[in-house]
Amino acid sequence: MRRMVLAGLAIVAAAGAGLAADDPLAARQALMKANGKDTKAVFDIVKGAAPFSLETVQTALNQYIETAEKAPALFPEGSDKGKTQALPAIWKNKADFEARFAKLGEDSKAALAAIKDQATFKANYQPVLKNCNGCHETYRAKEQ
Amino acid sequence: MRALAALIILALAAAGAAWRLSEPGPLDPAVAAGVDKPGDAKAGEIVFWTAGCASCHASAQAPTALSGGAELKTPFGPIHAPNISPDPQDGIGNWSAQDFAHAIYDGVDKAGRHLYPAFPYPSYRNMSVADVSDLWAFLRSLAPVKGVSPPPGFGFPFNIRRAVGLWKRLYLAPVTPPQSVAAADTAAYGRYLVKGAGHCGECHTPRDFLGGPEPSKALSGAPMPDGKGKSPNITLSGLAKWDEGDIETALAVGITPDGDSLGGAMAEVVRNLGHLPKGHVAAIARYLKAGG
Repeated sequence: MRRMVLAGLAIVAAAGAGLAADDPLAARQALMKANGKDTKAVFDIVKGAAPFSLETVQTALNQYIETAEKAPALFPEGSDKGKTQALPAIWKNKADFEARFAKLGEDSKAALAAIKDQATFKANYQPVLKNCNGCHETYRAKEQ
Repeated sequence: MRALAALIILALAAAGAAWRLSEPGPLDPAVAAGVDKPGDAKAGEIVFWTAGCASCHASAQAPTALSGGAELKTPFGPIHAPNISPDPQDGIGNWSAQDFAHAIYDGVDKAGRHLYPAFPYPSYRNMSVADVSDLWAFLRSLAPVKGVSPPPGFGFPFNIRRAVGLWKRLYLAPVTPPQSVAAADTAAYGRYLVKGAGHCGECHTPRDFLGGPEPSKALSGAPMPDGKGKSPNITLSGLAKWDEGDIETALAVGITPDGDSLGGAMAEVVRNLGHLPKGHVAAIARYLKAGG
């Protein structure tokens, strides 16, 4: 019985791992969703609705760095089909698209090193966010 | 035979009437006198970023090299923004302040031709004469650049430029520029920015089948002019979950309260607004939450 449960769990785990590799849409959408969740917390700090928290800011920056590393592989050729806002322009300008993720990673790392308190946060966070707008301007469709 | 003659006379009369009705009018004399007073280029730079001139007339890399060229896809066909740099051949270097005001308030160029309302003069005409004069001073201070844009790719009948005159009769009242509104973080100033230079309604207000704005549905969200997606509802009902601070922060950093980023044409708007004094963006937020 115990062995059967273990086998069952192994199958579920394998299916989960397969999902990430076989379903780039789900994987990249999960990344972006996580970005949004962490950025929401940062938004409240920018707005002044929440006190500055170095931990919150660093969590978000590390999340962006992870995105920058993983995301380029999650946009394989032909993955503009299905429930996605990814625009065909991505595959027309693949080099630019990937360079933008590289820049997001670099800017996030620079901000991670520079931000120590509220003042350095104000000065160094905005350049990171510009990467979000810049990419979504060209490569993400508006919601229908 | 007599019926045919009558019909021809009637058709000619109708064509004559349409021709007369579509004739570009002259610039309002009061506006002409006001805009001739020398403007302040430094103040004009703020107007330039509020009006988002660079978004269509320049590239993101060189936003003050106004060689034009950006293509705007419309339901009627593509149109390219012209060169508005001070180059005398390719740009508007040989225009006067009055020529410029005529374009801003009435959508008429130096040659006396109607401009298509892809150039958002239906909004820009809600700018004060002082702001237009300052904007002109700023444009004159920029470097001339070469470059001529292709003509509009509109199909019949929208390629008949003169017909824009009839469109104006349908949708534009005679121009009455507003008085200057004191720049402050007030709803009154926000209203001035939203309706005038900011030209928010050009994308956020629905249009009818002739491309005319529907004032009763102002700012309630609309299909984007290029046909890709929709602009959101930014009236009180659309912004019910947003407070002033949310709007101000979103416009300043390009992030929504949900942590999503503003994309599409709005990314450009955020870049432009980044050049404005902080109180301007706060004024826009205050006006939108004041509910018009």
